Amino acid sequence: MTGPSPFIDKTFPPVTRTTLALYSGASGDINAAHIDIDAARAAGFDDVFAQGMLVMAYMGSAVTDAVSPDRLRSLSTRFAGITNLGDILTCSGIASDPFEENGEMRASIDLEIKDQVGGVKLAGRAVYALETK
Amino acid sequence: MVDPSIKGYQFKPVVGTVEGGRLRAFFRSIGETNPAVTGPDTSGRVAIPPTYLFCLEMLDADDPFGFVNEIGVGIDEILHANQSFTYHHPIYVGDTVTFRAKVGDIFEKKGGALIFVVQDVEISNQDEKLVAEIQRTFVIRKEIVA
Repeated sequence: MTGPSPFIDKTFPPVTRTTLALYSGASGDINAAHIDIDAARAAGFDDVFAQGMLVMAYMGSAVTDAVSPDRLRSLSTRFAGITNLGDILTCSGIASDPFEENGEMRASIDLEIKDQVGGVKLAGRAVYALETK
Repeated sequence: MVDPSIKGYQFKPVVGTVEGGRLRAFFRSIGETNPAVTGPDTSGRVAIPPTYLFCLEMLDADDPFGFVNEIGVGIDEILHANQSFTYHHPIYVGDTVTFRAKVGDIFEKKGGALIFVVQDVEISNQDEKLVAEIQRTFVIRKEIVA
């Protein structure tokens, strides 16, 4: 079964201080610059900003909406810009033509997460198997 | 100046256990509701989602920021530049995994104004099977005082 090429277009709720606080506790990323404005200012930022890995978690969620999790072979990204409070993020991507790798047919998805004004936050790539092993 | 001897440095291994309650808190924090992700797979077990290994390593480390502190860098001195996960086998609730990280590369850009540290992490499960690999790259915003 190969199925149609996954097409990804998923928008997430606006990033709030609550989002960042919940992610901090649940992820173990307790860097204070993401949850404490005093710490953010001490580090040279105007306010708290999103954990990069929160945004990558959104990318992963968008991918597993389109691809069965057990078929995901890799997920990688470059962090292109900081995500600020109030940003509304959208993850988009289109699958490539199939190719053979490690003895199975795979495809890749070039992924991008942008904010509400088109600013690129993450530029990534997922590779998935077209069939389950 | 970059201390080139940092290349190859092996970090203290981190052992983490995937706990169902903590994983549900993670799903809640990112708004994940897809039953294919939050529920059991065909083996009847719940697997961790794509980026959760990064979290597990911090959650269960003695020092969540040991991956920078051990090489003399503060968490407020870095920005995350790249992150990559390669998956070999699913990792399930109840599994115990060991993270073995090393400095794979260190290099400068912009005449030494930016220092990039690349870390390669091998993750094995309780059966010593290699289940995943991570590569992460950080940019140091200040110079390393080596």
